[in-house]
Amino acid sequence: MNNKIKRILPQLLTILFVVLVFGFFTINAQVNMDNRGIDFGFGFLSQEASFDMQFTLLDYDGQDSYLWAYVVALLNTLLVSVLGIIFCTILGVIIGIARLSQNFLIKNSAAWYVEFFRNIPLLLQIFFWYYAALRALPLPENAQPWFGVTYMTIKGYYIPSMIWENLNVFMSCLIAAIVTIIFIRIYAKKIQEKEGKQLPVLYISLALITILPLLSFLIGGVTLDFEMPVLKQLAQTSFIFEGGIALPPELIALVLALSLYTSTFVAECVRAGIQGISKGQKEAAASVGLTPNQILKLVIMPQALRIIIPPTTNQYLNLTKNSSLAAAIAYPDLVLVFAGTALMQTGKAIEIVGITMLTYLSISLAIAALMNWYNKRIEIKEK
Amino acid sequence: MFKHLKQLTSLFAMIAVLFAFTTEAMAKKSKTLKNTQKKGFVRCGVSQGLPGFSNADASGNWTGIDVDVCRAVAAAVLGDANKVKFTPLSAKERFTALTSGEIDVLARNTTWTLSRDADIGLTFVGVNFYDGQGFMVRKSSGITSVDQFKNGISACTNIGTTTELNMRDFFNSRGISYEPVAFEKADEVVAAYDAGRCDTYTTDKSGLAAQRTKMKNPDEHIVLPETISKEPLGPVVRQGDAVWEDIVRWSLNTMIEAEEYGITSANADSMKTSDNPQIKRLVGAEGEMGAAFGLDNEWNLRIIKQVGNYGESYKRNIADTGILPDRGPNQLWTKGGILYVPPAR
Repeated sequence: MNNKIKRILPQLLTILFVVLVFGFFTINAQVNMDNRGIDFGFGFLSQEASFDMQFTLLDYDGQDSYLWAYVVALLNTLLVSVLGIIFCTILGVIIGIARLSQNFLIKNSAAWYVEFFRNIPLLLQIFFWYYAALRALPLPENAQPWFGVTYMTIKGYYIPSMIWENLNVFMSCLIAAIVTIIFIRIYAKKIQEKEGKQLPVLYISLALITILPLLSFLIGGVTLDFEMPVLKQLAQTSFIFEGGIALPPELIALVLALSLYTSTFVAECVRAGIQGISKGQKEAAASVGLTPNQILKLVIMPQALRIIIPPTTNQYLNLTKNSSLAAAIAYPDLVLVFAGTALMQTGKAIEIVGITMLTYLSISLAIAALMNWYNKRIEIKEK
Repeated sequence: MFKHLKQLTSLFAMIAVLFAFTTEAMAKKSKTLKNTQKKGFVRCGVSQGLPGFSNADASGNWTGIDVDVCRAVAAAVLGDANKVKFTPLSAKERFTALTSGEIDVLARNTTWTLSRDADIGLTFVGVNFYDGQGFMVRKSSGITSVDQFKNGISACTNIGTTTELNMRDFFNSRGISYEPVAFEKADEVVAAYDAGRCDTYTTDKSGLAAQRTKMKNPDEHIVLPETISKEPLGPVVRQGDAVWEDIVRWSLNTMIEAEEYGITSANADSMKTSDNPQIKRLVGAEGEMGAAFGLDNEWNLRIIKQVGNYGESYKRNIADTGILPDRGPNQLWTKGGILYVPPAR
């Protein structure tokens, strides 16, 4: 009996404490809001937002509701996060492997890269790219083309846009090619397990993925045109590029800073993962006659990934949360647009900050869940 | 068992501290004056640096017509116009700082609108500058009127301002597509426009005139003649403290009415013996003008003596600094402007 009380009492007290704290904050907020005549409610979400956004992925106009502004701003946040995650992974893997290189120059350059970008605060790096690097770019009228058809200017990076005809035919061909490749890989694995014969899967895959979409151009009636950015004069000394796609400098600076910064942490995860595999594994693989490439692909990486994934997930989460620094350089992300402009125009501080916090929490939990699932899939299956 | 006891006591201590905070939230209203007098300074929210309105010099001295409103309040309630603690705020932070009680007066070139007045727990007490939104462009662009704006123009501005909304109304009604680039801090907006990121910079015209003085080459920029909105700028207080609201309102009104009756910082003392009863009321020599606020009778005299009347403040901060030498609508109603305040009697 005494033991039972000892066990339950601390838990009861904890619950009581949590309830009291929440209750206190709720009551405090309510009393103060009542005193100042502020209403609590989410009705504002359906009101007209009446402000514009610089850069959106979906159609958005000031006549749309605050809810839609929220969705569009959220997509901007997700865009930066996804681009950042892709680039930081590619860079991180390359740098991480480079740090283990036998070549003195490569090894040390990679080490310097990691130490340099990891130890400068992210906000400072964002400022550097936006205010120092991208502000030094030429005005549109002075811009020299990059790769012949793209223009990097102070107002943004202008690239040609694609104009497809019968895009759906092309896409179905592409999907068909991918599905076929998956089946061929499964088949090849079976053959190898059964007969020990290796099929040239890579060459077959490459052939399929080029030939099938190509066929769609030749007989499927698919056409692809490019719309080039063209210089347009707005006033005597004011120019802009029209046509094509314009990537705002705010987006470029943010993705650059986020991926360079986070790639250093990913690189360290990759290095740790590879170094975590005992030397014996590598020597054993070599002794059965695997080539260095095969050793990395078939023996080292599958084991290293188990070490790499969990800490890398953390870095992805950090990158996503850090993307909220966008507000410092006018990139219209969730914090700038929703927790900034929308909060100002409606005055619904508690509601909007609450929604924003919940949103980041959900994004983080979703990424964590996805990576946990992937981690489960590749971890050693014990019976 | 001792171990648990220790945990328990610390838990109760924490709860007790939390409840101590609640009492502040539940205390009765109209305590801003009492708190201010207890602290010994007026907590005033200003801009992060807008010449003419609120701007700090190298040694941290704030000047500007918004700053003078806070100084007037300090002179009235504390007897010393210098007893003000200034908190620089971005457009985005300003209302939260006021409603959460971090500051007691917001004098930060803030536009009086219905939704701000009614929705977010604020009360506007008056207008200390009648303004309107305009556009700035580079002289070299050859643009002399907003009629020359073309599709694709990029416009730099602040987030969380009426400017952002007016800009949209303006471009939409003219059917011009534009790229809004909105920063949180005014300095960032100016820097972006100055570097060529935007073709035009839009905010209140007084703001344009003031920010122009901060640019690399002020002469290379012009403010277009068109005004696209009404922007009555004025001080704001928290809702729910009617006495404090009145103090701030009548501090501002006193400055404006003092100019109307020709009372200046220099002649205020001698006006005590004036024949005009309204002048005598304005310098605390007649009537009981301070009692209703819980102040002494010379609160308004101190404002005029220490801060000056509205005309003095305008001249010192906005005309003599070359920002807007012409008072335009901010002239007294008796001289062709629209400054008109209820009589202090």
